[in-house]
Amino acid sequence: MKELILIAIGSALVNNVVLSQFLGLCPFLGVSKKVKTAAGMGAAVIFVITLASFVAAVIYDFVLVKFDITYLKTIVFILVIAALVQFVEMFLKKFMVSLYESLGVYLPLITTNCAVLGIALVNVQKSYSVFTSVVNGFATAIGFTVAIVILAGIREKIEYNDIPKPFQGMPIVLVTAGLMAIAFCGFSGLL
Amino acid sequence: MNKCVERLYNGLLKENPTFVLMLGMCPTLAVTTSAMNGLGMGLTTMVVLALSNAFISLLRKVIPDKVRIPAFIVIIASFVTVMELLLEAFIPSLYSALGIYIPLIVVNCIILGRAESYASKNPILPSFFDGVGMGLGFTFALTCIGAVREIIGAGQIFGLTIMPASYVPASIFIMAPGAFFVLAVLTAIQNYAKIKGEEKGKDMSKVGSGCSEDCMNCGDKGCSKRFYDTAADQKKNDHKEEIKTEEKEEA
Repeated sequence: MKELILIAIGSALVNNVVLSQFLGLCPFLGVSKKVKTAAGMGAAVIFVITLASFVAAVIYDFVLVKFDITYLKTIVFILVIAALVQFVEMFLKKFMVSLYESLGVYLPLITTNCAVLGIALVNVQKSYSVFTSVVNGFATAIGFTVAIVILAGIREKIEYNDIPKPFQGMPIVLVTAGLMAIAFCGFSGLL
Repeated sequence: MNKCVERLYNGLLKENPTFVLMLGMCPTLAVTTSAMNGLGMGLTTMVVLALSNAFISLLRKVIPDKVRIPAFIVIIASFVTVMELLLEAFIPSLYSALGIYIPLIVVNCIILGRAESYASKNPILPSFFDGVGMGLGFTFALTCIGAVREIIGAGQIFGLTIMPASYVPASIFIMAPGAFFVLAVLTAIQNYAKIKGEEKGKDMSKVGSGCSEDCMNCGDKGCSKRFYDTAADQKKNDHKEEIKTEEKEEA
């Protein structure tokens, strides 16, 4: 139990997926203009990453290892994740319309999110069990959501500031992200 | 032959994937902690890019249009796996330095972007050289960024100390926040060049066209990544209309 909590804190805060590992940078910078959309994106990411790390871990443990074809993991994972996102979208559209209304818009964005594939590969690399993989995936996604919501909050305020012209738009967001990364470095004392 | 040279020039300078198009930012930020890592990552990506471009171009008439993206991804992922195994066997130090970012070359948007916009429409040789050119451009950019970060952050370049002993390295630059700051300055320079170029009446539409990373608010309808949210918006609208028609039918 203690180990699980340490893994969760480690991947949510200390090794934050965007701010220290640079995975999922595109949605982090692209969908962070408003807190509301950022939160929606975060929720969709939590959903997909948790599910994907479960499915990937199961397939790795019970198919790839069993037939001794672990070298195929990259190909298998990317296809499984792409199919999974499509399937989740179809499922939500059919059976949970209200959830689809709030998350559906973000689902196609996630297929191309390298964080999903990244987490699946990290889980395998660190040889986590299926349950630990799910915990790790969930915690990582929480870390992503925390980071994107904070960034969106700051960006809403930045709108009113007087920024030199070349720095308007992306550069100032990157500076903000850099300052946030420094702040998140402080969490390394937690473990 | 001329066309091949033109593709090399195009990838290296005119449409440099990092400095001009702003593609593939995840690996750019993650692996440029030193010039050596940047160079290694760049060359690995270049090999994958050139081979997958050539292969996709070879199969461009065989692959049905509807399943082309999954087919491209499988081809790319195969070459990435080949490179991963080769690096693990022959350059283990680079393999452990780059770690998870080697398999993540699969989702690097430069590769899928080139496959979609060039290799699937052109013959093998130009496609191969397009891949080599783009790869060289990427390598050049990663090595430059890596060198800047290494000089400021560690006072070294390719592991050789070049700064005087009195220089205190700002080690934040080889850590995660430094990557964001370097990229911020880079995009600011790019913006500046774009503003100046437009004042002089030059065509600067290519600059940053790969992605301003802000698809939600980006006005560029021709952007290759635009499917991002137009597709999503479209879907949402379709869905709403569907519900409406269903409601009408029920009524």
